[in-house]
Amino acid sequence: MSDAALGAAGTTTGESRPKGRALRGIPAGVRCASPVALFMALGFLAPLLTVIGFAFAEPRTFTVFDSFTLENFAEIFDPADTVWMSFAWSLALALLTVVLLLFVCYPIAYGLVRVFGRWSSLVSIAFVFPLFISENVRLYGWTLFFINHGVLDGLLAQLGLPGPDVLFTPAITLFGMVYTYLPFMLFPMTLGLSMVPADLVEAARDFGASRTMIWREIELPLAMPGILIGALLTFVLAAGAVAEAKILGGQSVIMISHDIEIAFTYSQNWPRGAALAVLLMLVIGGLSMAVMARLDLDRILGRR
Amino acid sequence: MDAARNRRSHGLIWIWTLFVALVIYLPVACGALAGLSKGRYFLFPIRAFSFEWWEKTLDSLEIQRIVQTSILIALIVTLVSLAIAFFGALAFARYDWRGRRLYQKLLLLPIFFPQPVLGLALLLWFNALGIQPSWHTAIVAHLVWIVPVVTLVIAIQVYGFDPAMEEAAADLGAGRWMILKDVTLPILWPGIWSGALFAFLLSWGNFPLSLYTAGADSTIPKWLYSKMVAGYTPMVPALGTMSTLAAATLLLLGGAIAGFVRKRRAN
Repeated sequence: MSDAALGAAGTTTGESRPKGRALRGIPAGVRCASPVALFMALGFLAPLLTVIGFAFAEPRTFTVFDSFTLENFAEIFDPADTVWMSFAWSLALALLTVVLLLFVCYPIAYGLVRVFGRWSSLVSIAFVFPLFISENVRLYGWTLFFINHGVLDGLLAQLGLPGPDVLFTPAITLFGMVYTYLPFMLFPMTLGLSMVPADLVEAARDFGASRTMIWREIELPLAMPGILIGALLTFVLAAGAVAEAKILGGQSVIMISHDIEIAFTYSQNWPRGAALAVLLMLVIGGLSMAVMARLDLDRILGRR
Repeated sequence: MDAARNRRSHGLIWIWTLFVALVIYLPVACGALAGLSKGRYFLFPIRAFSFEWWEKTLDSLEIQRIVQTSILIALIVTLVSLAIAFFGALAFARYDWRGRRLYQKLLLLPIFFPQPVLGLALLLWFNALGIQPSWHTAIVAHLVWIVPVVTLVIAIQVYGFDPAMEEAAADLGAGRWMILKDVTLPILWPGIWSGALFAFLLSWGNFPLSLYTAGADSTIPKWLYSKMVAGYTPMVPALGTMSTLAAATLLLLGGAIAGFVRKRRAN
């Protein structure tokens, strides 16, 4: 009985018998992937194609695939248009976020893998949980902390010190981004570090390798896939971030997502917003593809 | 000497981790304080505590409605994403098929995509289809992001699953449904359970997607944002704190149930 089942399934192993005749001959993997694939085609691919379509429509029109023009892009690349500054701010702050998070998260990720032992799962939960609180609530908490007559100001006043003046600056926007995207760096990094075999490090130490040497020659290269995923994820998400600049930064910095939103809403120029979104998508899509092409997800997630 | 150095660096790692964790929860604590302080405006140090804003929040009919909407969205997102992601995870980690590597990478793209831009793209797409945005469309938007996450969570469990178990059941004459019900699901159950918790809580706390795709309807994070931008009331930190506490309770409950079931099975 199982021989027949295996025969029908072709190359897949352990395949149970397909019920419908029409499904016979389609590999189980394809059948299982099809609901996700169909949903993603309708919910992810189609919206992106719509955006691309709008990017080439006449400015200030509201129908897609009716007209074709490059005017939106010409407008954006016109030196008189200052939108390039939003791009520069977003990408620069995203890059800084990644760099800072590499330093902030590395000791914690190392601790989760090597130091915390049975406390590891508790520490992990403590760092996952903020993902379930919406970012505006957490960022607003920072506003309450830093604002005049807020927590920090009140504490300093008790000590007779002048209040802080950090709110509504680019620096606090960066702080907010580092804060929001910390888990997205920490967990891929932890996954990466857990791919470093402990006995390999032990052996290197026995042979007299110094700490820096072990770190440079063993730990870093073996953990690199996870670190790369973390860096990519935080960069991409931070490049599209907008809530930090709005809630903490008080618009002292205009992020690119804000410009896209304005084009779609207040100024009712959908093609311009779409063209900006396409440019942002090119940057993050290109980066994602380039990094992901180098990764073997089976090895990272399944540790096979 | 090496051991002493090790102990010192481990101590530093502990201190750094605890410090960062403290910083992470500091704004949550500030919100809780603001929601519990008496008076219309937040002043620190707090002069008088009171539950008046909590009571006002609980009494508000508007807030009751958005809480219901948030729960309904999160429940539907959980059920639908589990159904799709369960099979998606089998395709991700269990079966070998041509195109799997590409499928794995394409599936991750929605996670690697800024949510505000994704929300706006979906808004354009709904508009092109002639669909009026409402909480229904917000469900679709949440799913686009949450289905890949849940697929990954379940897939990690699937990697540890030995296909020989299913084969053995088939050899013993079990039918397709029986194998799924008595072999596959019980083994993958922990992954599915954590996938469900992730789906519910991520939908519950999602702000950017709801902001652009829920139309005139509101969810808790969206309502909070509209009040943060214009018209602060202490109900904002009060509701934010309640929403956080609800998420924490659910997470604890989910963990407790998982632990309880694991224990009962072990006996």
